[in-house]
Amino acid sequence: MIRDITIGQYYGGNSVLHKMDPRVKMVLTIAYIVMLFVAANPAGLVISMLFLALLYMLAKIPIKLIWKSIKPILPIILFTAVLNLFFMTGQSEPIFAWWIFKIYREGIRYAVLMALRIICLIAGTSLLTYTTSPIVLTDAIEQLLYPLAKLHLPVHELAMMMTIALRFIPTLIEETDKIMNAQKARGAQLDSGTLKQRISALVPVLIPLFVSAFRRADELAMAMECRCYHGGEGRTRLKQLKMRPSDFLCAAVAILAFVAIGCTNIWFKAI
Amino acid sequence: MSEIIRVENLSYIYGEGMPDATKALDDVSFSIEEGDFVGVMGSTGCGKSTLITHFNGINKPTKGKIFIGGEDMWKDPKQIRRFRFMVGLVFQYPEYQLFEETVYKDIAFGPINMGLKKDEINRRVHRAAEFCGVTQKMLLASPFDLSGGQKRRVAIAGVLAMEPKILVLDEPAAGLDPEGRDMILNQIKQYHKETGSTIVFVSHSMEDIAKYADKVLVLNAGKIEMFDETEKVFARAPELLELGLSVPEVTKVFLKLKEMGLDIKTDVYTVPYAVKTLLAMREKGGKA
Repeated sequence: MIRDITIGQYYGGNSVLHKMDPRVKMVLTIAYIVMLFVAANPAGLVISMLFLALLYMLAKIPIKLIWKSIKPILPIILFTAVLNLFFMTGQSEPIFAWWIFKIYREGIRYAVLMALRIICLIAGTSLLTYTTSPIVLTDAIEQLLYPLAKLHLPVHELAMMMTIALRFIPTLIEETDKIMNAQKARGAQLDSGTLKQRISALVPVLIPLFVSAFRRADELAMAMECRCYHGGEGRTRLKQLKMRPSDFLCAAVAILAFVAIGCTNIWFKAI
Repeated sequence: MSEIIRVENLSYIYGEGMPDATKALDDVSFSIEEGDFVGVMGSTGCGKSTLITHFNGINKPTKGKIFIGGEDMWKDPKQIRRFRFMVGLVFQYPEYQLFEETVYKDIAFGPINMGLKKDEINRRVHRAAEFCGVTQKMLLASPFDLSGGQKRRVAIAGVLAMEPKILVLDEPAAGLDPEGRDMILNQIKQYHKETGSTIVFVSHSMEDIAKYADKVLVLNAGKIEMFDETEKVFARAPELLELGLSVPEVTKVFLKLKEMGLDIKTDVYTVPYAVKTLLAMREKGGKA
């Protein structure tokens, strides 16, 4: 039951996008998000959607996975669209008016654009997590944030903490499952009763879980110390991140797409 | 004696409908008589733990039925909690489930969930504590201050305090020193003798199974390979070895003797019985 929750949604594969340098992927994803909001007209958004569809095909990721990642935030998308629909006012006459509710042509246009933008945003960032495993991702974050180490920000330590946290999520989920079963076997009622009863029913699960999390942390710290771990300074890594020609090529294609989106802003301004 | 657990065509699939679905149990049927002391063995991943968590409704069968005391467990899923109190289940490493401020309160957790009266709870906690060798002084301590072996005994007492008719234990002695393991298993045996309850225990130690169990259930790849009286199961040593299991050391000695050409019985699985067999042989002048 609790096992079904997937954390990180890496969808293994062997495509160009899977093999791409994670740093490039991250920077491009951020650039993509910026472009989505820069694109002020339908043409720009259509280009960015086509571009994304192309990437999904390249990565060989089934389209239904996009739906899976959009589904949980559907209420937010609808909420944003509805807000835009009613609160945008235009110069022309409202198309629809009832009591205090007025809908303008601009409102409809904005609502649709905003909804599409959020869908693209989710689909775009999901593509990053579909094609990059969480561990590689933290590696990339560490390297991208590396300049901040000059400002005495503990970049390596932060990345290490993220890696460890990611590593222990499945372990803790399994542990929670075990403890829940053990308490259920002693007659604990975890899934019925009033809210107050349910919260107090969690105590027998949470306390052993915390105890074991601290025990694990202790053991891990000990094991790391035994292997002389002393932080990031002078540390080499097993997997060196290296930019390859294909990475530059991908980046160039992406930049072209972004430029095209930017141009639509200028060309279609008159319309 | 009457049948207390009956399993009919039980199948259990992990992650049904998912691409990585695995069949943990495959069409398993057997029954356990009231008062039996059953040892369950099988190599890692054969479905032992999956099977025993079915006995009190932690796992719901994908297919098939389970009867406890003649009643179909999943006839009314809302009533499943009743069976949790009838069948006490001690998980692997149960010491990790302790959570209360004092040992007394932790042992009382099960009886409180049963909705018993205060003096009945008190009686049960003291009785369970006594069975498991938990002293009066320990009852007032925090469970987190105890040693590993003591914690284990407290956790088992927490299940015994519910006074279940059937007690199911998943490797109750795993990770304990020889003294600790003998102590816990002897206490379980004591509970079995005094209350006449049915015991099912999983173990990887052939010695423990040989010493305590009356019957042995051997699982392999989600199916029942053997289910018979202990000596009959250990007499099939070659098959057990083929399944990646073993036989008690003393049985190995007898098998080796037979292999060396001695006319000798091979269903010997405990040391006292071995001594008796050998003495009997000597009296007869070397013939079994």
